Amino acid sequence: MAVRVHLPGPLRAPFGGASSVVVEGGDVRAALDQLVARAPALAAQLFDGGGALRSYVNVYVNDEDVRSLGGLSAPLKDGDTISLVPSIAGGADDDKLAAAQAAMRRAGKVELPLSHEEVRRYSRHLILPEVGLAGQVKLKQARVLLIGVGGLGSPLALYLAAAGVGTLGLVDADVVDETNLQRQVIHGTKDVGRPKLDSAEARIRDINPNVTVEKHETMLTSANALDLFARYDVVADGTDNFPTRYLVNDACVLTGKPNVYGSIFRFEGQASVFALGDGPCYRCLYPEPPPPGMVPSCAEGGVLGILPGIVGLLQANEVVKLVLGVGTPLAGRLLLFDALAMSFRELKLRKDPNCPVCGPNPTVTELIDYEAFCGFEPAPADARTITARELKARLDRGEEVALLDVREPQEFDLCRLPGSTLVPLGELPSKLSELDSTKELVVHCRTGKRSLQAIELLRQAGFSPARLVNLEGGIDAWARDVDPSMPRY
Amino acid sequence: MSALRIPAALAEAIRAHGRETYPHECCGFLLGAPGEVREIARASNAREDSPQNRYLIPPIEFVRVQRDADARGLDVIGFYHSHPDHPARPSAFDREQAWPGYAYLIAAVEGGLPGELRGFRFDAPDEPFAEIELDPLAEEV
Repeated sequence: MAVRVHLPGPLRAPFGGASSVVVEGGDVRAALDQLVARAPALAAQLFDGGGALRSYVNVYVNDEDVRSLGGLSAPLKDGDTISLVPSIAGGADDDKLAAAQAAMRRAGKVELPLSHEEVRRYSRHLILPEVGLAGQVKLKQARVLLIGVGGLGSPLALYLAAAGVGTLGLVDADVVDETNLQRQVIHGTKDVGRPKLDSAEARIRDINPNVTVEKHETMLTSANALDLFARYDVVADGTDNFPTRYLVNDACVLTGKPNVYGSIFRFEGQASVFALGDGPCYRCLYPEPPPPGMVPSCAEGGVLGILPGIVGLLQANEVVKLVLGVGTPLAGRLLLFDALAMSFRELKLRKDPNCPVCGPNPTVTELIDYEAFCGFEPAPADARTITARELKARLDRGEEVALLDVREPQEFDLCRLPGSTLVPLGELPSKLSELDSTKELVVHCRTGKRSLQAIELLRQAGFSPARLVNLEGGIDAWARDVDPSMPRY
Repeated sequence: MSALRIPAALAEAIRAHGRETYPHECCGFLLGAPGEVREIARASNAREDSPQNRYLIPPIEFVRVQRDADARGLDVIGFYHSHPDHPARPSAFDREQAWPGYAYLIAAVEGGLPGELRGFRFDAPDEPFAEIELDPLAEEV
């Protein structure tokens, strides 16, 4: 059978630009095989490795899709025409925020114009074609929720305020502490002792009085997260612990809000955008939290003060891009930053089809107990404790007490209890034999948390609970109540 | 930057199509000769599941438009579509779906009002896209 094959423009080159060619064939496959025999380059464009038609190529016989005629074995008659038809598709990015804003406009809500003061203030944005007036109005209408106003939250809040994000929600229940000042640059020395929300609000007002600050002076919990997230467009995670990180992730997935994630550890940082559209979430990357105590917090492990500045600004950058709908979001990618090597690496992230929260068959459909999920069991309630003053009195009486310090060597260099032995918590399991299990052991760290973990570990290793005593409030309490000449850190 | 000549009236017709289908995407064909648009033909958007941010030209319309163009000595040289409430820039999805050899015009429609019209080619796989300079022709051409 002689049939005429009509070619789309991109496939005409091998045939000298002809829009159609005549081939012989009893069925569609035979006809296409002959076509490919004359132009082998077409094979890869038309068929996949298994010889099946590629999904973005349609084959029509006369006016019928070959798929509805039984596929490539469909018979041909003399004079039939075959058309190779490229699939032509595309569309704007799937941007929920833009869609929501469009819905607002369709509902007749008038966009707020910018004042003369705002036009001047944002002039360097307004002259960027990617921002412009429309983009700046998007920023002004945006509602961004920051979880934590600490190391990551500080640069986030400072720069998002300066950029003109209209509403910043801040969630934090802490007060400013001197140890925060090394990296939490939104707070100043004069703010020590003040609630972080008040300190941050004052600084934001000074930077940009156009920003509305919504203060949520509370811990983020499973009870309040969904209501809170529902009122914002984008959530930026500046938390420093795993239970809250999983809580933020799950609440973002359940409310459909993008989760702009950042985390820091000593000299290394991570950033990504989770739960954006069909993209992966934090659980796709880390289905299970690490065992408690394995990854120390900043308070336990230390952190380079610059690091949260860098990572927090990566987050701020992603927030602004999401609001504007420009660029390529850091979704489906995990950015790893190493401050010592000064290197950025990028890992490709895939959505986990078995993800318990964002997969097709989720098992987590409401918020759960994240402390329990992360294995944070309440400290042994029956652990014996001693206050710093009691310990001092016993030592002064010359009682035989062994002092076990489970902090890190660099902490030991700053201050120590006289006569104490240093075994960092991480090394404890391998150094059990060096400890005297016959003596009473007063275990201490900086504030009394790591020492409780150490006691639990010692108990499991067979040490008698009766001989293990936790120094309440750690060496910090000692410096406060017993020895004011000792530095507190 | 390669150039594509397009009569001002046709550019205006593309913008008008975008305004009509807002908040959904419109799509259509560019007919002419290499480097020059002489006609446009509207297509329906087959993406009924997500027409506000996706388009798909029904293949049968492609068959008919191509046949008609061949008969009149014209080529299908590319396609246009609109981006409701998004800038006239190719999305990641546009890039994934694009065929080399065609011109792709994108019309922004901001809040129902026609916005920028820009053109792109996706010929080199190692480059995300190349912008085409749109060269508006005067009305009488």
